[in-house]
Amino acid sequence: MKDTIKRIIKYIGKYRFLLLLTMFISLVTVAGQLIIPRLQGNAIDKIIEAGNVDFGGIFKIIVIILACVVAVAVLQWVMNAINNKITYSIVHDIRKDAFEKLQHLPVKYADSHPTGDVVSAMISDVDQFADGLLMGFTQFFSGVMTILGTLVFMLLINWRIALVVVLMTPLSFLVASFVAKRTYKMFHLQSITRGEQTSFIDEMIGNQKVVQAYSREKASMETFDEINERYRNCSLKAIFFSSLTNPSTRLINNVVYAIVTLVGAFSVISNPLAFTVGKLSSLLSYATQYAKPFNEISGVITELQNSIACAGRILDIIEEKPMDESMTDEVSVEDNGGDVDFDSVEFAYDPAKPLIKDFTLKVQAGQKVAIVGPTGCGKTTVINLLIRFYDVDSGSISLEGKDIRSVTRHSLRKNYGMVLQETWLRYGTIRDNLIIGKPDATEEEIIAAAKASHAHSFIKKLPNGYDTIIGEDGGSLSQGQKQLLCITRVMLCLPPLLILDEATSSIDTRTEVKIQEAFARMMEGRTSFIVAHRLSTIQSADIILVMKDGNIIEHGNHEELLALGGFYKQLYESR
Amino acid sequence: MKKLLRFLKHYKVESILGPLFKLLEASFELFIPLVVADIIDSGIANSDKNYVVTHVLIMALLGLVGFISSVTAQYFAAKAATGFATELRHALFEHIQGLSFSSIDKAGTSSLINRLTSDVNAVQGCVNMVLRLFLRSPFIVFGAMIMAFTVDVKCALIFCVAIPLLMIVVFGILLASMPLYTTVQSKLDRILRLTRENLNGIRVIRVFGKEQDEVNNFNARNDELRKVQIVSGKLSALMNPITFVIINAAMVVLIYTGAVRVDNGILTQGQVVALVNYMSQILVELIKLANLIIQVTKAMASANRITQVFDMKSNMQFPESTAAAADSDAPAVIEFKNVSLAYNETGDAAVSDINFTVKRGQTIGIIGGTGSGKSTIVNMIPRFYDATAGEVIVDGLNVKDYAMDDIRSKVGIVLQKAVLFKGTIRDNIKWGKPDATDEEIIAALKKAQAWEFVEEKEGRLDYELNTGATNLSGGQRQRLSIARALVRDPEILILDDSSSALDYVTDSKLRNAIKDYTMIIVSQRITSIAGADNILVLDDGRICGQGTHDELLKTCDVYREIYDIDMKTNSREVAS
Repeated sequence: MKDTIKRIIKYIGKYRFLLLLTMFISLVTVAGQLIIPRLQGNAIDKIIEAGNVDFGGIFKIIVIILACVVAVAVLQWVMNAINNKITYSIVHDIRKDAFEKLQHLPVKYADSHPTGDVVSAMISDVDQFADGLLMGFTQFFSGVMTILGTLVFMLLINWRIALVVVLMTPLSFLVASFVAKRTYKMFHLQSITRGEQTSFIDEMIGNQKVVQAYSREKASMETFDEINERYRNCSLKAIFFSSLTNPSTRLINNVVYAIVTLVGAFSVISNPLAFTVGKLSSLLSYATQYAKPFNEISGVITELQNSIACAGRILDIIEEKPMDESMTDEVSVEDNGGDVDFDSVEFAYDPAKPLIKDFTLKVQAGQKVAIVGPTGCGKTTVINLLIRFYDVDSGSISLEGKDIRSVTRHSLRKNYGMVLQETWLRYGTIRDNLIIGKPDATEEEIIAAAKASHAHSFIKKLPNGYDTIIGEDGGSLSQGQKQLLCITRVMLCLPPLLILDEATSSIDTRTEVKIQEAFARMMEGRTSFIVAHRLSTIQSADIILVMKDGNIIEHGNHEELLALGGFYKQLYESR
Repeated sequence: MKKLLRFLKHYKVESILGPLFKLLEASFELFIPLVVADIIDSGIANSDKNYVVTHVLIMALLGLVGFISSVTAQYFAAKAATGFATELRHALFEHIQGLSFSSIDKAGTSSLINRLTSDVNAVQGCVNMVLRLFLRSPFIVFGAMIMAFTVDVKCALIFCVAIPLLMIVVFGILLASMPLYTTVQSKLDRILRLTRENLNGIRVIRVFGKEQDEVNNFNARNDELRKVQIVSGKLSALMNPITFVIINAAMVVLIYTGAVRVDNGILTQGQVVALVNYMSQILVELIKLANLIIQVTKAMASANRITQVFDMKSNMQFPESTAAAADSDAPAVIEFKNVSLAYNETGDAAVSDINFTVKRGQTIGIIGGTGSGKSTIVNMIPRFYDATAGEVIVDGLNVKDYAMDDIRSKVGIVLQKAVLFKGTIRDNIKWGKPDATDEEIIAALKKAQAWEFVEEKEGRLDYELNTGATNLSGGQRQRLSIARALVRDPEILILDDSSSALDYVTDSKLRNAIKDYTMIIVSQRITSIAGADNILVLDDGRICGQGTHDELLKTCDVYREIYDIDMKTNSREVAS
């Protein structure tokens, strides 16, 4: 928790001038607010009894009061506006940093953290943090200032009574901190449970069709309710415990108030000249004002606790260790280039289960590498390594003679075009989705690419053609159509090396053959890596990597592998 | 907001007791200035120390009782608010689950998630506050006003002017800032969507080197959000100072009027002190109230967004119970009669004039170009979408006459996208049949050719899948989703191109293992459907040929073309 606070302070630091300004204004407004009761007391002292009222004096005081009120109101507005600005700016900065960090985290992070969880931290947690922070800014300073200010005024009026009030102060703090300690844990748990719930919602709503196909509405409702119930429990505890602070401090205030009345009344009785009823009235009013901030501060403290618990989760993302991006060298493959060397590569996702062991292979520019093996043998691993989604454990992979770990990821990946089996489309127009790799593509280029990938015919039938807006994840497009769009995307930018991971798995044979022709033209002179099961594709490959259980067990061309009489031959013959 | 209040109905007692106890506390607080006035007017005036002491003790007692009522009130309020939110989330989630796919697409998954989480939280916070303070504050305000009347009617009239004036101002600010908060939430939707898309598309974004563009895009939206937040903040910030000005102005008038009336001998000094105290109390409460109203405004915007979701009616109604007994022995299991479907009113029909029959025990193949409507046809059988024209009949009964569970349980459909959920393999397979035994699960896994790899996983059936099953390969995911459909032993099995990631050997083993089912296979590969009893060839949403493999080779040009290409390119495959 302390750690989190330190990190939050770093974010606040950027706005220290605004912060100082708001603190200063808060000091002034508090002073103004405190003078007003004093002035009222003075006015009341001029109202003594029938026929004994100093109207001239009262009028003067009223003018001063009104002046103070207007000044305080204006400053208050400015202060609130500044507080808003600081809060939303900090929240803005945190979201910005978190999102930027997400771009620099290894792919592994996204693979191992549910999207909904991250989304919850990014949205709900940050929102809660903002609420707490805003409340903190608006109430904390003015609270502290009010306490100090009232203390000064009380001391001015009657230091003995003021002392009594001060002596009672630690009690309020004691109670507040007692409650605070117990609530933080609950707020943290609440935040975690919220993340869990968001993940679940994300999964279920995102895959509604499967849920419905299996009539799992009830069952998923049950799981939802189970999480919901846990959420209710920790949320109830968090809210209730935190809400105890307020009544407790209020109780203490009332006690203080009673004591002030007692002592005050006795003072008036014993010495009515030195201590007037008007003074007692002001003093009582101050005692109330003095105590009120304790209520507020204690409220703020609980709110801040929730805040800090929430901020912790998003700050954790920001603190995640990013990928090493210290390399500055670049690699750029010229036309007809693209040598890829695997040198004694070893790799495992989980150190306990080694996958690729001592793998060495030279791929020359323009060669076509097919990766084959039974379903689930880890063909994607090779691809993950090629474009550095994951790093090799030992050995090296180099492109154009440069170790890919010595060059920037950006320059490495610029050379690759990749189409995966899993399609990814975002909310937006078809055009926006196509030009990701080449934002300045002309209309002609886009249509040419779409024709090559045979997506043009279905796109032009959509209500607004290339400007049709598709929903998140492609909306109601068919899986095959989504794949066509992803292929068009790569056709449009044509990088020197290609990776096709089951890129045409959902596309019909006729279209696929036509796309293959387009790919074949594309791949001429390009180094390509293809995960496929079509025999024609595999046979025409220059190198075939045969994988089994995550391991590359054979490599060579079709004839060599058949002659080898190993696993490949077995696969080939079992057709 | 009103519509959402029904979720409080199980917490009637709490929602009534909470504010009541709060009122109790507030009323004790109201007595305190009276007691003080007494002390000043009687105790001090008469120098009666005993009077002072007893009255101070009464004050302390009032405080203690107030504390107990307050704690009780907080408990009830918290209980009602969390209960309210829990039921609201439940109902909202349930409602979203019942929505049709087109509605979900239209609303956007991200926005729905945001409404279900962030918006519900805002409303929950608001309910809690309302129960705790909204009754208390007006009560104190009006209570103080009434007390003022008991002291002096003429002075109290000042209260009567000041408070309605304030209400108008507060209401005005509320009306003005509400649309801004709605905008804030919709901007937040976009932030959420960008985050989600970014995480789901991490590989594509990185290969295209689009990280910086993503950041720029995100920053632009994030800046927009901040801008609206700051504007709405400025507006809300008016609430506090305006309250302050109005009340203090009233206070000044009060002091002056008080002065005049004391001068005329109508009021005493102590009474003026009491009146001023009441006014102070009102000021404090109103400032609290002003802050709360800001929160309520935010919550109202959220409540509206939630209500919008509740107002989205599923355009598909299911009867409570199946209209008539389905004839599970009818020779025709599935019949399509002149079926057409258009996804949106303006767009072209995705499929039109579809006619075919599936007899019990038959295997039907569907083949055709990308986007030719293959998936659309099979999606109409479990009634994911309704035909816009024509009838889909299952076991002699129109699918629209089935209760939802009845039609869905007849069909085991394996979708193109193999979706699995966080949890163990066993949990995932049990989706198909919640009471399946391990033996049944293993049998289904074996049929789906999945047991061989499940057997090797640590914990086998207990192997934990990540969200999105990222720890399995595409082919493994497909086989598990097939097993999930098989475990329920469905009357009709539909494979919607669901073995595309399987190698030839596995695929043929699979087909062999499930050949006894009444089955529809959608595929891109001739080999997968060549053995079917009847094959539908689709072209651009219409059936252009129907028959067995041999018949189609003779009669259907499109089919022959597909076949030729398959053969020519030597489409037999090496395990992939």
